[in-house]
Amino acid sequence: MNASDLPGTVERDRNFNFGYLDERTKRMIRRAILKAVAIPGYQVPFGSREMPLPYGWGTGGIQVTASVIGPHDVLKVIDQGADDTVNAVNIRRFFQRTTGVATTERTVDATLIQTRHRIPETPLAEGQVIVYQVPQPEPLQKLEPREAETRAMHGLAEYGLMHVKLYEDIARYGHIATTYDYPVMVDGRYLMAPSPIPKFDNPKMHMNPALQLFGAGREKRIYAVPPYTKVESLAFEDHPFEVQRWDKPCEICGSRDSFLDEVITDDAGGRMFVCSDTDYCRVRGARHG
Amino acid sequence: MDSPILRAAGITRTYGARTAVEDVSFELWPGEVLAVVGESGSGKTTLLNCVSARQKPDAGRVEFLTRHEGVVDVHAMSEAARRLLARTDWGYVHQNAADGLRMDVSAGANVGERLMALGARHYGRIRSEASDWLTRVEMDAERIDDSPRTFSGGMRQRLQIARNLVTRPRLVFMDEPTSGLDVSVQAKLLDLLRSLTRKYSLAAVIVTHDLAVARLLAHRLMVMKAGRVVETGLTDQVLDDPQHPYTQLLVSSVLQP
Repeated sequence: MNASDLPGTVERDRNFNFGYLDERTKRMIRRAILKAVAIPGYQVPFGSREMPLPYGWGTGGIQVTASVIGPHDVLKVIDQGADDTVNAVNIRRFFQRTTGVATTERTVDATLIQTRHRIPETPLAEGQVIVYQVPQPEPLQKLEPREAETRAMHGLAEYGLMHVKLYEDIARYGHIATTYDYPVMVDGRYLMAPSPIPKFDNPKMHMNPALQLFGAGREKRIYAVPPYTKVESLAFEDHPFEVQRWDKPCEICGSRDSFLDEVITDDAGGRMFVCSDTDYCRVRGARHG
Repeated sequence: MDSPILRAAGITRTYGARTAVEDVSFELWPGEVLAVVGESGSGKTTLLNCVSARQKPDAGRVEFLTRHEGVVDVHAMSEAARRLLARTDWGYVHQNAADGLRMDVSAGANVGERLMALGARHYGRIRSEASDWLTRVEMDAERIDDSPRTFSGGMRQRLQIARNLVTRPRLVFMDEPTSGLDVSVQAKLLDLLRSLTRKYSLAAVIVTHDLAVARLLAHRLMVMKAGRVVETGLTDQVLDDPQHPYTQLLVSSVLQP
């Protein structure tokens, strides 16, 4: 699918520099990205810029995307698994207008994917880059509010505190109740917040052939997981890491192994479970349909 | 026991032009309890912070006898080694329990934190160890899942002690551990502290302004005034026969009910 086929496509606006940011800013961000790739999971500070949308809407991810995007890239933007939700539509239009690159909804066709809250169900391939929007890059922040202290903890790899959080979950709920932004260890060294993706997606980060970049605009941090890097979800020996499971398959495509969203269909208790990844669901539906 | 577990030599700490601690030296032997007494502003807490490596002195050395590596200079150690020491072989009991506890997690998680920091990754074992320690500090093990916010001052202090002792430290620093508690709770806590220091042969440095606490817990006493040690000796000796005028004043100021 090409840019012209998608609804709401806009033309390239030549009044903006390619990718909205000026070249020096992009170089600054690329330097931060290079450092982040060199130290997997380490949060690199960068000079986050004011963007034409509010913090919390993906300013970090957009700046990373704007710095790595090239004229021949094919861009896909996901918001909660869907390509047609507000955040995705607006960010896609933003890059159409400022870069004129081709966009797609197909995971396999994309070279660059910006995402919020999901990793596509279709496995990523070598050469693809996925950019995550991150609201809170520091996994320890809720337990240890002092940043000087959390930095020392990262520096010395003192991560016992993260298990205190998991302990607390089990003591309170009988199981590890953290379901999104589930903390991971990257390459056996750095503790990392995987951004608010469901823990269902955590195993996909492990040894992924694609380059994974994370941008937090308000907190001014960039971090990365290079291709084929070990990403391990934390757990206890007697309470191992588990992902969500559903009793029913997707009601549209019948998939039993994708992440399902509960959709309310009326005000009389009607509901259905459908794939959160719209592209995956559509492709499967077309194949089985 | 041929060498002291902690040796402080010539500790000096100034804040600008003001001197908080001046040239203080002492030795602490394994299993010995040393009380540092003096009025507010006499430099007791600054001294405690300097010897427990929470603060760097301007001059002086602090040496600690480790289990495996012999005597180390705690201020010359790497930060990583110092922090490891501080959560394994040392304990630190704060005056205000809220400073030494994580108030947002349950009692069990508070006690288990040090174990998890040392790599314990088995929930069941961490939990039974935590519950065991709650019993040892005479708390109800039923309250393991309660937040410390729901605890009384005395219970919080007990929890803080359990949290420190879970890794079996050999040296504990205490900053006014019983002040702010009412007298009956204070008495029970003192009783507990005395039996714990005996049972686990803990060496301890206790900072207090309360001479009664010092008499009950400490083997030795160090009296500070304006940043200097004015008198030192066995607790009973100093309290029953004070030599320095300031110590005489302190001893005679204690109210008799």
